[in-house]
Amino acid sequence: MVRTVSGRPGSVDSSAGSPSGAPPDFLGFPGFLGFRGFRRRWARFVRRHRLAPYLLILPSAAVIAALVIWPTVQIAEFSFQNYGLPQLTGSSPTQWVGLANYAQILHDPEFWLSLRLSVLSAVVMVPLTLVIGTLVGLLLSRLGRKMAAFVSSVSILAWATPAVSASVIFVWLATPDGGVVDWFLSKLPAWLGGGAHWAGFSWTNAALPAYTLATAVVVWLGFPFIAVSVLAGLRTIPTELFESARVDGGGPWTIFWRVTYPLLRPIFQVLFLLSVIWDFGVFTQVFIIIGELGQRDEYNLGIYEYATAFQLPPAYGVASALAFILTIILLIITVGYVRASVREGALT
Amino acid sequence: MSVGLARRRLLTRRVRRAGLNLLGLLVALITLFPIFWMVSTAFKPATEWYTLTPHPLPSHPTLGNFRAVIDGSVIGLPYWNFLKNSLFVTVVSVVASSLIALLAAIALARFRFRFRSTYLVMLLIVQMLPQQALVIALFIDFRSLNLLDSLVGLILVYTAFALPVTIWMLRNFVAAVPRELEEAAAIDGAGPMKAFWRILLPLVAPGLVATSVFAFVFAYNEFIFALTFLGTDTAKFTLPIYVQYFYGRNGANWGAIMAASTLFTIPVLVFFLLVQRRLRAGLIAGAVKG
Repeated sequence: MVRTVSGRPGSVDSSAGSPSGAPPDFLGFPGFLGFRGFRRRWARFVRRHRLAPYLLILPSAAVIAALVIWPTVQIAEFSFQNYGLPQLTGSSPTQWVGLANYAQILHDPEFWLSLRLSVLSAVVMVPLTLVIGTLVGLLLSRLGRKMAAFVSSVSILAWATPAVSASVIFVWLATPDGGVVDWFLSKLPAWLGGGAHWAGFSWTNAALPAYTLATAVVVWLGFPFIAVSVLAGLRTIPTELFESARVDGGGPWTIFWRVTYPLLRPIFQVLFLLSVIWDFGVFTQVFIIIGELGQRDEYNLGIYEYATAFQLPPAYGVASALAFILTIILLIITVGYVRASVREGALT
Repeated sequence: MSVGLARRRLLTRRVRRAGLNLLGLLVALITLFPIFWMVSTAFKPATEWYTLTPHPLPSHPTLGNFRAVIDGSVIGLPYWNFLKNSLFVTVVSVVASSLIALLAAIALARFRFRFRSTYLVMLLIVQMLPQQALVIALFIDFRSLNLLDSLVGLILVYTAFALPVTIWMLRNFVAAVPRELEEAAAIDGAGPMKAFWRILLPLVAPGLVATSVFAFVFAYNEFIFALTFLGTDTAKFTLPIYVQYFYGRNGANWGAIMAASTLFTIPVLVFFLLVQRRLRAGLIAGAVKG
């Protein structure tokens, strides 16, 4: 092929073996005068200093820095200030208050209540999602081709359903008058925990039933991702391993814990940490199920922080301290996630 | 091996397969049930919402609920208004984040440079920052920048928050394109730009589709930022907070709530069913390292 385009800036891939040396200068046309000249000089500058990767990174880095990292820094800053409505409107200046916001939080029973709800709900949601997702993943791996495609398509539908829709649907399913859940439970035989006392049972009036419902939504939305990930992992294990384990007399339970789990351990580790991060910070589902910000005894940490910031009178300083605590907790879990990912070779 | 034994073994295998299929069907039915119930309720007239014994299908199907949602007689604005807002925000942020992510992905997959691993780790961490925490600072910043009650503000945030995941995904897709192809093009005299347009971009296109789908779902479903930024201006609502607002204001009108939720949800689900095969192929291709 003949070289058709000359003098293009060599800024994309310096290692791709592009012809060495810049295109020849036009005699009598100093480069800095014309646009072409400028482009050529710029290209040479980029190549000489190996700037291409940095230029390619720049837009994303700038956007993330401005809209994600800077707000995080601001949260930390506000948490040491008396930031409220007067400070927002500028009618009185912000003042540093040291650790006052944090001291207030630590003496606030509502904080401890919301933290307890966050921890407890994550403790239930995470194992439940992981176990159900793993079981469905194992089931998918043993189904025939068509059936597996059908079940995984249906699961993808649950995964793709917006959290808002899922929450509203589940509230409707569990509504005290006319909801399917109460009807079903009232028809269930007593030895399965059913009975007439379920008729008209309200799932949103107290923390325990509300979080049971939230758990159902979280599991329903979350198990497909686990199932598909586990299935993808299972596909990487040679079938001979399972066959020889079966020949050696291993039952499904033994095979899972002795063969599958050890081999998929990195995947499970990442899925576990991701689930902890998602479920500890669950917001939308709880927000809708407890009916916006009405019932304070049903707040989890994220909702308590949000209510502190956006319910009147807004206390942005205290809310920022809560937000910072939430962020730190999640970052500690994230460190585990990052280390697990790096160990899996994610950075290569 | 005797014939009887072989037959028995065949039989147990068949029984086991039938049992597994039954189990699969059960999982599918339980998973599908909430979506089915939403659609079914949306077609039920008011007299059938609360019955002593729930009926799976409406006995007198009606379009009244959908009509009430679409002509906006329940909250004053028609459904199209919110669909338009949602599509605008979603499409613009998906295009923006895909373009920006592609540039970063090329850098991360094709170059070795200082801070490369640092940047990758930073993306992993940033992706985990809780949105309900950052929304406080962004609310205060956007208020002073006049970006509250504005779809532009949402687009900025959705672009930024989609980037970490899209960069990570696209990086794998770019890395899967053999470097030799670009080198061959360079030997044939194509400049880097030409190599990009003619070789890398077409080969990465399936990956771009896959990442766009994820960015799309994120932006279309996003709740906290929309709830906070668009607090007062009903006309600017995107679909998630429209559905939530609708539900909050029409507590007992379940037919209309389910109709609104159906109109919000079903398009995404159909879209997903259409692209899922390609998506899965794309994901697998993206996961395989070059």
